[in-house]
Amino acid sequence: MLNVALVIAFVFMTLAQLLNLYRLFKGPSLPDRILALDTMYINALALFVLLGIYFDTATYFEAALIIAVMGFISTVATSKYLMRGDIVE
Amino acid sequence: MIVVEILVSFFLIIGAFFALAGSIGLFRLQDFFTRLHGPTKATTLGVGSMAIASAIYFSFLKEGLSLHEVLITLFLFITAPVSAHFLAKAARHQRLHEDKDHPET
Repeated sequence: MLNVALVIAFVFMTLAQLLNLYRLFKGPSLPDRILALDTMYINALALFVLLGIYFDTATYFEAALIIAVMGFISTVATSKYLMRGDIVE
Repeated sequence: MIVVEILVSFFLIIGAFFALAGSIGLFRLQDFFTRLHGPTKATTLGVGSMAIASAIYFSFLKEGLSLHEVLITLFLFITAPVSAHFLAKAARHQRLHEDKDHPET
């Protein structure tokens, strides 16, 4: 039961990542690409949580937390760069 | 234990479905601001649901309470509106809302 649900969740998340990748390459404007990257790191975090359940280990939480923090910082930094032309003024 | 397994599977499927829905929104919608609304809400709900599934799994099928996932969920719920706001401000600065195809409202 849990194995079937895990496989379905992995397939859904992989499809979602592929759609995000399409938007990352295609995206007509720069904020579109930043938004695609933002969505990609959140989905990668979900994949890490799934891998933690799949391999039955608690090692992946720290990696997921670090991805969350770094992704948020990078999104804010790139948006700030687009807004002001500089990150730290 | 079968009840716990069903609960974990339910939350996993719900989370994956919402994450996929957010990415489909990012893929299909035609304007940047409509695209912004899709993933920033649906993806946090998806990841939150998956973290709840993981917390239930590691709390009941392992020994001890496991609350790391709640930390991830809390952090995402705090930062998702902030990054969406920054992205919208950047898009307005790039004048994406003054699209020539759409009439003035």
